[in-house]
Amino acid sequence: MPPLVEARGIGKRFPGVRALDDVCLTIGRGEVLALIGENGAGKSTLLKILAGVCPPDEGRLAVDGRDAAFSGVHDALAAGIALIHQELNLADNLDLAGNIFLGREPRRGGFFRSAAMYREAADWLRLVGLDLDPATPLVDLPLGRQQLVEIAKALSTRARLLIMDEPTSSLSTREAETLFGVVRDLRAQGVSVIWISHRLGEVMELADRVVVLRDGRNAGEITDRSQIDHDTMIRMMVGRDIDRLVRRPSHAPGDVVIAVTGLRTQAHPGHALSFSVRAGEIVGITGLVGAGRTELLTALFGVTPPVAGSIAVSGRRLTPRSPRDAIRAGLALVPEDRKQQGLVLEMGVRENMSLASLRSASRGGFIDFAAERRLATAMISQLRIKTPSDQQVVRFLSGGNQQKVVLAKWLARQPRLLLLDEPTRGIDVGAKAEIYDVLHRLAGEGLAVLFVSSEMEEILSLADRGLVMHEGRLAGELARDQLSEENVMRLAAGAVGRISA
Amino acid sequence: MSRLATLGKLVGALGAKKVLGISCLLAVVCLYTALASDNFLRVGNLENLVHRTALFGILSIGVAFVIITGGIDLSIGSVVCLVGVLLPWLLVEHGWSVPAAVAFVLGLGAAIGLGHGLLVTRLGLQPFVVTLCGLLIYRGVARGLTQDQSQGFGTGFKGLRALATERFPIFGEGAFKLPATTLVFLLIAVAAAVLLNRTIWGRYLLALGRSEQAARYSGINTDRMKLLAYVISGTLAALGGMLFVLDINAAQPSDFGNFYELYAIAAAVLGGCSLRGGEGSILGLMVGSALMVVLSNMINLVHPRYQNVEFAIIGGVILAGVIADELVRWVARRRPRGESA
Repeated sequence: MPPLVEARGIGKRFPGVRALDDVCLTIGRGEVLALIGENGAGKSTLLKILAGVCPPDEGRLAVDGRDAAFSGVHDALAAGIALIHQELNLADNLDLAGNIFLGREPRRGGFFRSAAMYREAADWLRLVGLDLDPATPLVDLPLGRQQLVEIAKALSTRARLLIMDEPTSSLSTREAETLFGVVRDLRAQGVSVIWISHRLGEVMELADRVVVLRDGRNAGEITDRSQIDHDTMIRMMVGRDIDRLVRRPSHAPGDVVIAVTGLRTQAHPGHALSFSVRAGEIVGITGLVGAGRTELLTALFGVTPPVAGSIAVSGRRLTPRSPRDAIRAGLALVPEDRKQQGLVLEMGVRENMSLASLRSASRGGFIDFAAERRLATAMISQLRIKTPSDQQVVRFLSGGNQQKVVLAKWLARQPRLLLLDEPTRGIDVGAKAEIYDVLHRLAGEGLAVLFVSSEMEEILSLADRGLVMHEGRLAGELARDQLSEENVMRLAAGAVGRISA
Repeated sequence: MSRLATLGKLVGALGAKKVLGISCLLAVVCLYTALASDNFLRVGNLENLVHRTALFGILSIGVAFVIITGGIDLSIGSVVCLVGVLLPWLLVEHGWSVPAAVAFVLGLGAAIGLGHGLLVTRLGLQPFVVTLCGLLIYRGVARGLTQDQSQGFGTGFKGLRALATERFPIFGEGAFKLPATTLVFLLIAVAAAVLLNRTIWGRYLLALGRSEQAARYSGINTDRMKLLAYVISGTLAALGGMLFVLDINAAQPSDFGNFYELYAIAAAVLGGCSLRGGEGSILGLMVGSALMVVLSNMINLVHPRYQNVEFAIIGGVILAGVIADELVRWVARRRPRGESA
């Protein structure tokens, strides 16, 4: 019996760039295949070709052993291949059934057959473990469940192969667990899944087989489930051994940079938050999605001004009514949504880097272009940003390099306290390690760092101290020697009180 | 002919790629009109073209700043009307002094812009709605104040009117004379280009037009920058209205300045402003204004029979220009880029 989908010798060029070169991939029925590789390795291009978004320049695709040429997403769907994007493609204003059947509503003579639609929708929802009324508005569901709706939608097109691009990047641990369960169920029913992820932990947990891409070529394959381990995958992805994320030696922190007392955020006014961060300290905030971590950072930064409480930055009182107030006091925020909040995507590297410090690179309101260029050149080499020039439009940079541009924007102001929200989300292993290095170095120079992360490994390897949030309150604080996955999870799940090492 | 060629070369050299397409279009329309009509290259006609380009260009620079922030100003034509009837009304009927009347109308334009800006930033109203209401209100006020009577300066105020009517014989007698309005326009254009491209405020405007959120997160006072843009637009609309009425010496409240906002917006869009915000070139907008004026001139000179369909012709050419521009961008986008996996 031929494999479900087979791709042979796939090549794809973009002007000046060879995105894929002689890539081969097969996927059998009822198999979970993990496709991994650093940013720029060609994963996105490959999955676009499989899903009919763009045609390959070379090579051929076969479905069920028969040649297939997709001229669009519709052809791929007809062949049973559905792509689930990283960002969900759902309509907020419709209910679940409306979303599942969007554009394919059962109808008779131009009228909806809504009864049929709701009945069928309920079946598909049950298949992904959602026992919900199909008339529930989509917005009432948390993000993780919306993702399941997207999967139900794909299944309702009779998809036999689901391609999932970074499906857990915005899910909480618990939501991700649910998704893993659904994927296992689907596998048992003979549906195949291509799972693309930077999170190697979930690959180990879920995948039957791993295919690694590097620089647009096949860079290895792990066919034996028991052989799938962290170090092997990283070695294949980067083509060399890299050190596991090493924790820097701890050293004595300096003076208190920020002292927060009784802070109440707009999102969770019922809980008062108190904590402090010292110079040279890296403090990690973790907890489940929705625990109020991002809201804490945006409150400190004045995006959503706090409703009560006091903040002192190096002893001076700060009442942040806008980001400007916070920035003047020496705060900086690397926001969660890099592309909307962190960067002006259509502007150049140089313009983005100077955006927060333009006043100091100007005389009487006139931009000092030479100073701006010096700043950009210095930052590009200091942070090892890969860009053809300082005029490159940042949209065209990889995620890791984009994040470094955001960092550069703030470093140009020499802040006292650096806030970061999910600093390495969607960033590949190599760039991640570089960003950690930068943060360690900055902390060594006396910067206070407060970051939010959902990735356990990030908290464990980066933080000197951990704050765990649960439903809007600080559930606990973990000193460095108490920081362990088990302790974090207990607090994040709602346990109260101190935890021993 | 050689003068045109030089002009084309100059524009090409100054404006890089963005302005190239529209400059070519302008050159083609000029060439066609020059070949089809002997009157096109007459000194008087050329002076008039430059003069009218200046008047519409001033309005266009104002609206460009608003468009760059991602907004729109539909009230310009009505501000032109209000100022156009107020200035002679204050001077002639109410005997205000010239400095007082001029300061008042310009201040009124700025205040109108400030009002729009405050409604947009403080109350979060949509620019389209705010300025559409402005369009209706200011014309209504102008008609009410004057009881729909045409306003003019008669034979007086020659000194003030020289601002719009004077022509300087820079090339000697009988040759091309430079209209005073063109000097005003060039002055404003240079100031606008410097503001937009060389100052931090220009950078802030471009940044917030592309991504207001990222600009805010970078500590930019986005509300204040938007206010600035609306004030510039209102003030330049008032200045334009003043120059129009000084030039024509008669303002009929029911139709003075009618549709001028659309000419101004069209010129800005032709010149490379994106209505999505964040993009704009003063040079492009100058060429765009010239194109609008030359098109209308072409219809008058070459196809006077088609004057009734002037709007349709102008609309068609603008559409063609914008489509061509989009095609150029589409080709430019297909250049190498890193993928994001």
